[in-house]
Amino acid sequence: MQFMLLFSRQGKLRLQKWYVAKQDKDKKKIVRELTTMILTRKPKMCSFLEWRDLKIVYKRYASLYFCCAIEDTDNELITLEIIHRYVELLDKYFGSVCELDIIFNFEKAYFMLDELLLAGEMQETSKKNVLKAIAAQDLLQEEETPQGFFEDHGLG
Amino acid sequence: MPTPIRLRDLIRQIRAARTAADERSVVQKECAYIRTTFREEDNTFRCRNVAKLLYIHMLGYPAHFGQLECLKLIASPRFTDKRIGYLGAMLLLDERTDVHLLITNSLKNDMNHQTQFVVGLALCTLGSICSPEMSRDLAGEVEKLLKSSNAYIKKKAALCAFHIIRKVPDLMEIFIPATRSLLTEKNHGVLMTAVVLITIMCELSPDTLAHFKKLVPNLVRILKNLIMAGYSPEHDVSGVSDPFLQVKILRLLRILGKNDSEASESMNDILAQVATNTETSKNVGNAILYETVLTIMDIKSESGLRVLAVNILGRFLLNTDKNIRYVALNTLLRTVHADTQAVQRHRSTIVECLKDPDVSIRRRAMELCFVLINTNNVRTMMKELLAFLEKTDPEFKPICASKMFSAAERYAPGRKWHMDTMMKVLTTAGNYVQSDVVSNLVHLIPSSNELHAYMVKQLFRAISEDISQQPLVQVAAWTIGEYGDLLLQPDAEADDPLKVSEDEVVNVLERVLASNLSDIVTKEYAINALMKLSTRFPNSEPRVKSVVSIYGSHVNMELQQRAVEYHALFGRYDTMRAGVLERMPLCDIKKNMSSASLHNGVSNGSDEDLMPDDMPVSKAKPAQQQQQQQEQSSSGLLDILGGLSAPAPQPSRPPENNLLDLLDLGLPTDTSTMPTSLGTQPPIAPAPVNNVLDSLFTSQPIIAPALLKSDIPLITVFEKNGLKVDFSFERNGDQLTISLAANNSSSQSMDNFMFQAAVPKTFQLQMMSPSGSTIPPNSSGQITQIMRINNPTKQLLRMRLRLNYSHGGVEINEQSEVNNFPTSVWQ
Repeated sequence: MQFMLLFSRQGKLRLQKWYVAKQDKDKKKIVRELTTMILTRKPKMCSFLEWRDLKIVYKRYASLYFCCAIEDTDNELITLEIIHRYVELLDKYFGSVCELDIIFNFEKAYFMLDELLLAGEMQETSKKNVLKAIAAQDLLQEEETPQGFFEDHGLG
Repeated sequence: MPTPIRLRDLIRQIRAARTAADERSVVQKECAYIRTTFREEDNTFRCRNVAKLLYIHMLGYPAHFGQLECLKLIASPRFTDKRIGYLGAMLLLDERTDVHLLITNSLKNDMNHQTQFVVGLALCTLGSICSPEMSRDLAGEVEKLLKSSNAYIKKKAALCAFHIIRKVPDLMEIFIPATRSLLTEKNHGVLMTAVVLITIMCELSPDTLAHFKKLVPNLVRILKNLIMAGYSPEHDVSGVSDPFLQVKILRLLRILGKNDSEASESMNDILAQVATNTETSKNVGNAILYETVLTIMDIKSESGLRVLAVNILGRFLLNTDKNIRYVALNTLLRTVHADTQAVQRHRSTIVECLKDPDVSIRRRAMELCFVLINTNNVRTMMKELLAFLEKTDPEFKPICASKMFSAAERYAPGRKWHMDTMMKVLTTAGNYVQSDVVSNLVHLIPSSNELHAYMVKQLFRAISEDISQQPLVQVAAWTIGEYGDLLLQPDAEADDPLKVSEDEVVNVLERVLASNLSDIVTKEYAINALMKLSTRFPNSEPRVKSVVSIYGSHVNMELQQRAVEYHALFGRYDTMRAGVLERMPLCDIKKNMSSASLHNGVSNGSDEDLMPDDMPVSKAKPAQQQQQQQEQSSSGLLDILGGLSAPAPQPSRPPENNLLDLLDLGLPTDTSTMPTSLGTQPPIAPAPVNNVLDSLFTSQPIIAPALLKSDIPLITVFEKNGLKVDFSFERNGDQLTISLAANNSSSQSMDNFMFQAAVPKTFQLQMMSPSGSTIPPNSSGQITQIMRINNPTKQLLRMRLRLNYSHGGVEINEQSEVNNFPTSVWQ
């Protein structure tokens, strides 16, 4: 996988993860191009788009589009499953996740993705293991923040 | 310093902004504040400020000033700091950033941290922003972690190794020993990342591929255990046991079994099991089947297994899920070469997909349709494709039309069908037809004698109704010019015979000439056709003459030149006219010219169709004879003219080219596909002719800068990407005058054309200004420029060229050197 984007129905970027080196302005251009392209597609169309020499696999969950760029030889159908897995994980973690959860806890959405994928490849196929790793790290964070201190001194 | 605003509050503030300007001002205020705290080295709230900056970055604002702060966070002992610091590093740094040296050190420290999650963060970051230098520096650390006993670290290290190898394949060696033992793990994460790591190694190095061949039984066993094992809630996805791992193993098996019958043999059973036992009601199952089909088709599998695979794709095609249908078409396209017959069985379903509302599916279906066309189904397939061509989006039309022409050429069951089909494509695709198609057709039509009358009538009908479609009009104009006389002959066989008068035909061509829908190339075709009709329609000669003379003052140089030359043909050299305007001789077309563009050579027993019968040997002969005749008649004419010619001073006009131009004008302008026999023939005209033409031109001074020519042959000094630069020479003692002519045969114009030349110091070079800076496309015009060179010492002339122009918006700079000047230029 070369990159993953999350954006809203209004085309607002909610998360971007790049697994290949690109310059900032190229990234912005790609994001713009893909959001407009995907947002104009009708709901009943297939989830794949051929774009440049890549394949774009996208799926809409409520108001959010999840969009992955994979190489031509990659399996599109399993990519849909990876996206779904990520959504399931967020859902479990936030408890029926919505766009606002991802906006206000974007760093957590990134943490979750980094436990699922690494270098563009899936690293863990067990939901339980991913959630366990996240919970343990959240605990580490809480432990080092004294009671009542988090509000003032953490991310808040 | 007050406590900085919290991340969630900032997000709330930004979201509350009503307008973009409001949002900008909130962001700018906060950014300014964050910068100050960064300057003041505030450690307590650095984490919070960087987190805010990351949010701001996602909104599209610059945040590079946070890069160093991320590194400071990474170096902090607090986990929260590290977590945000590494996140920021992944978002704000990429391979190109020069702070890498600093981060490499931190990564190395954290990779030896006692907390597995800190190691995990470091590995994750390395897998995201690792540059080739970092790869080299940290490969050893990663290899150590690959041997760790902790599965959480092992799987991350495996993917880091994967990333490093992709970046720097040379580093593969050090990971090979540790990788093999990973496959004995129970943990699926480790297993899967190991499979991914082995896959990339095998893809990049044939030696490693051979080395890992012995793993096939292990992989087969793992896959078998996955399928056979009972329900395991941890790895189950809609009733399928760890599809992610299954897909990765299948993919590795594909690479290991390719071109290896022994390895393939040991996979057959498990592939058959996966193919038959996988639950297909959900997407996951189909994802596995899809991967299985690809593997079956790629390795040396049993034929029964291949049939099974194609049948799976057949079922996919009928699936209601669009994604599955797309995948099926895509896979069929990839595997069609392996077994065309099996794919043919699904033809009707594929044709149905042409009507799908989804563009991704339509594109694949179209491509597949063209691969599936053969002699037996060409009639029905073309019918379907015509319907598709009519309704499809503009982006598909040019390619679809071109491929239809190729397919028709290759598989046409008969001449008449072929012609009819081409007509239909021409009228349906209209202006989307590409120009190569026009010249192909112009080659094709003369080659079938019995259909000349039929074609000219069909084409005339078509353009009587519509002159807006340029390719159609061009072909029609050419054909009417050649075979216009046949239009007037009554045909007994046709159902509704076409009754047409000379005037009606001329009317249509005049309309084409005058219409502002016609582009210049079309007008050139039309004026040629009119001229040709002057000998074919005896009564229309005065009309043609008057039309031609009108265009003698047209703004377009090419058109004007043709008109003026034709006008001259009507005048003093009327005796020449009939000979010059004879029908074009048949030309020898390269058979593979257009078939080459047809998709993937299809290799199913239809090879004999590759050579359609449109150019049998018996027909080639008369063609040659005809050409010889023409040469004879023209040289005969030249003799006569030679007698007439008035003695002129130094001949400064082309000896051969003008006459050949006249002959050539009957042909379309795409010189690349032209018969070479006319264009590059050695001069057939003796010197006197140019005197005639010369005096003829001097009496018509409206001719735009004509090329200077002499008896020194013309040379081509540059030819690339459609740009062709010719030099012609005139010499007067030490003075050499070079006329440059730059032509453009590509389909886009070349703008801002600038030509520069340099010669050795012993020469003096003077450049005149060029005739323009834009070369129109399709050889429809040219730029000329004159250079004077003084060569008192009679040295060997060499020249260095520089060409600048923009082509389709791309700036192009070319350099070249000319060493092949004819000796007569300088000796």
